[in-house]
Amino acid sequence: MRNPQLNANGELTHLLTLEGLPPDVIRNILDTAEPFASIAEREVKKVPLLRGKAVFNLFFENSTRTRTTFEIAAKRLSADVINLNIGVSSTSKGETLLDTVDNLVAMNADMFVVRHAQSGAPHLIASHLNAHRRTHVHVVNAGDGRHAHPTQGLLDLYTIRHFKRDFTGLTVAIVGDVLHSRVARSLIHGLTTLGTPEVRVIGPRTLLPTRVEAMGVHVHTDMRTGLAGCDVVVMLRLQNERMKGALLPSAGEYFKHYGLTQEKLAVAKPDVIVMHPGPMNRGVEIDSAVADGAQSVILPQVTFGIAVRMAVMSIIAGN
Amino acid sequence: MINPSRRSRERSKNIEIRNGRLVDPAQGIDRRGSLFVAGGRIASLDTPPADWRADRVIEADGLVVSPGLIDVSARLREPGFEYKATLESEIAAAIAGGVTSLACPPDTDPPLDEPGLVQMLKHRARVLNLTRVYPIGALTVKLAGTTLTEMGELANAGCVAFSHADAPLADTEILYRAMQYAATFGHRVWLRPQDPHLGKGGVAHDGEVATRLGLPPVPAVAETIALATILALSREIGVGVHLCRLSSAEAVAMVRAAKAEGLPITCDVAIHHLHLCDIDIGWFDPQARLTPPLRGTRDRAALRAGVADGTIDIVCSDHTPVDDDAKQVPFGEAESGATGLELLLPLTLKWAAEERVDLSVALSKITSAPAELLGIEAGSLAVGRAADVCVFDPSAHWKIEPSALKSQGRNTPFLGIEVAGRVRYTLVDGIVTDVA
Repeated sequence: MRNPQLNANGELTHLLTLEGLPPDVIRNILDTAEPFASIAEREVKKVPLLRGKAVFNLFFENSTRTRTTFEIAAKRLSADVINLNIGVSSTSKGETLLDTVDNLVAMNADMFVVRHAQSGAPHLIASHLNAHRRTHVHVVNAGDGRHAHPTQGLLDLYTIRHFKRDFTGLTVAIVGDVLHSRVARSLIHGLTTLGTPEVRVIGPRTLLPTRVEAMGVHVHTDMRTGLAGCDVVVMLRLQNERMKGALLPSAGEYFKHYGLTQEKLAVAKPDVIVMHPGPMNRGVEIDSAVADGAQSVILPQVTFGIAVRMAVMSIIAGN
Repeated sequence: MINPSRRSRERSKNIEIRNGRLVDPAQGIDRRGSLFVAGGRIASLDTPPADWRADRVIEADGLVVSPGLIDVSARLREPGFEYKATLESEIAAAIAGGVTSLACPPDTDPPLDEPGLVQMLKHRARVLNLTRVYPIGALTVKLAGTTLTEMGELANAGCVAFSHADAPLADTEILYRAMQYAATFGHRVWLRPQDPHLGKGGVAHDGEVATRLGLPPVPAVAETIALATILALSREIGVGVHLCRLSSAEAVAMVRAAKAEGLPITCDVAIHHLHLCDIDIGWFDPQARLTPPLRGTRDRAALRAGVADGTIDIVCSDHTPVDDDAKQVPFGEAESGATGLELLLPLTLKWAAEERVDLSVALSKITSAPAELLGIEAGSLAVGRAADVCVFDPSAHWKIEPSALKSQGRNTPFLGIEVAGRVRYTLVDGIVTDVA
C-alpha cells in the first residue's frame, strides 16, 4: 500500500504521521519553518501563501492550545480559519466522521486540521478524500489517539536542531507515559529518520508499550541510567486519570521515581536541553526548578510550533 | 425462493453428477466417479441404481464433488440485526459458498436464550428450505454471565450446543456450573478463550504493530489464561469442550498438549487467521478489525501448522456480516467481523495449496469434522444420506469483490484478492442450485 500522505511524485499532500517520511521531506519542513520563525518578530506577521484558502480545525477532542497554535499559523498564512469543536457528542447525533468531512468539502474546504481520540482517524479521512479524487483537499493530523502528533514531533525536531544543530551525535531520552503518548511515537520516528544514534525511552514498565524497542529505541526503567549522558530530555505529560489505578499507585510515587528534578538531571550532559509538549503537571512529571531553569526550552518550543505548522500547511497546500 | 410444493417435486428428481472427482473424507474416498441422487438422498456412487433414468445430468468433468460444506460459525444476524443481514441474504450466501449446514452463534438481539427464539429461527430457516441452520444456544441468560439458560428446553427447541459467543464470562463458578449442567444433557459447551479483563477495550494484537499504530492492545496471554482455566475445568469435571477461534501460537501448543493428555476437546480456527496477521492492518484498515484480533506471523504459522497436524479440527468462516457504515469509521470504532460464507471454500483450498495438504484432508476440516462436532448426519457422501453436495471447480479463479458476493455484509479483509475454487452447484436434500 502506498503511503497515503504522499502523492505519486512522493510529495507530501497530507501530514498524518512522521513514520515512513523520507528524511528530505522532514528536513524540507524544518528548513521552510526557519524564515517563518522570523515573521513572528515583524510588525506585520502575515504572508499571503494561503490567501483565499479555507482551513477547518476539526477537533473531535478538546484542545485549546493545539487548536490555537494551528489557528495562528493558518491566519499568519492569510487563510480563513473555521473552528469546529465537534466533541464526542457528534457521533451520538448520527452523523459519521466521513459525512461531516463530505459536508465541509461541499463548503469548499481546502484543508482539515484534525484531532481525534481514535488512532487512525486522520488516515481514514485522507484515504476517503484520496479515494474520491479530492486530492486538492489536505489533511493535517493534530493528534490521533495514541498514534501520532506529527506537528508536535516536527516542532520538537526543530527545537532540537535549533539548539543542537545536528542529530547525528545526539542521545535523546523521552520520559514518562510512552504507552499513551502520540507525541513520543512521532518524535521517535522523526529522530530515528534523521539519524539520531541513541533514542531512549524511560518509564515504569506499566507505561511502556509492548515491543517498543522495535521502534528503534533503548528501554530504561531507571532515570539514573536513562538520563546519563543525554543531550536532550523530553518529558511527557501524565494524564490525571492515569496517576492512580492499575498503571501507577500515586502521583507522589511517580514524581519520586520519574519526575525530573535538577538532581536527576545532573547525570545528563552539562548543556542538556529539557523539553515538554505541554501542558505541564508541575510536581508530577517535572519540578518547577527544571521547568523554569536554564536548561528548559519549553517556551521556545511553543514559539517554534507556530512556524513549523505554517511550514507544514504551506508545503502541503502547494502539492 | 422456491415454494415448498415445488421443492417436494424437485426433491423427487433423479440427478446424476457425472464423471467428477469424488472426494469424501468421511469415507476415505478420492477418485473419479459419478454420484447418483434419488428422492433427495444419495442413491449410489459409480454405478447407477437399477432402472436409472436421470431427470438431470450434471457434467462434472474437471470438477470436485464433495459433501456439502459445514460451517460451525456463521452469524445470520436474525433476530435483531436485520439491517446488517437477513436470513434470506445469508442463506443465499451460504448456498453460493457451497455451505449446506451451518451453526449460528447465540449473540443475536435478543440472544438465543429461550426456546421460542430458537424455534422461530429454525422455522424461518426451514421455510427457506435451503441450507440447514443449527442454532447454538446461549449458555447464560442474555449472555450476561450470571444465570444458566434452560438448556434442556433449548436443546428440545433445536439447539445443538451452547456457547457464550464473544460475550465475557467473568465468573469462573458460573463457567464451571455451566459446563456441568450442559454435560447433564449430553451437550458440549463451546467457548472462545478470552480473559474478560485483560485486553478489555483492546482492538489489536499486543505487538509491534499495535504499539506503532497506537491501538489499544489485546495480549495473547488473555487467550491462554482463559484457555488454561477451561482446560483445568474440563479435566476436573471430565467433560468435553469445543474451543472456538484460537488465535495464538501458545494456545495451539496448549491444545496440542491437552489432546495428547487425552482431554476430550476439539477446536476450530477462523479462516482469516490462517491467512492474515496484524501487519495486514496496514494503515488502520477497518476490514482487518476482527475478534479475536489478527495476531503475529509466528501465531499465524502455528495456526496453519495446527490445522495441518490435526491439533485444530475445524476451519470455519466466522461469518459476520457488517454493514458499510460500521466499517467506514476509525479502526478502533469499527465493528468487528467480516463476511465469510462464500470464502470458506476458496480460502481453505488456498491454505491447503500453500501448505501442500491433501484436498481430502482440507475438505475434512469443513465437512466431516464439523459434522462430527455438531452430531449431525451430514458431511459425507455415504449412500442413504441426504444429498447435501457441493460441486466446485478447484481451478476456477475469481476475484473477491463486493459485486461477487451474495452476503449482505460485503466487508472482508480479502477484498481485491484473487482465489481459486468456485462453487458451481450446491445440493441440499437433492435440490440443485446452479451457483455459477
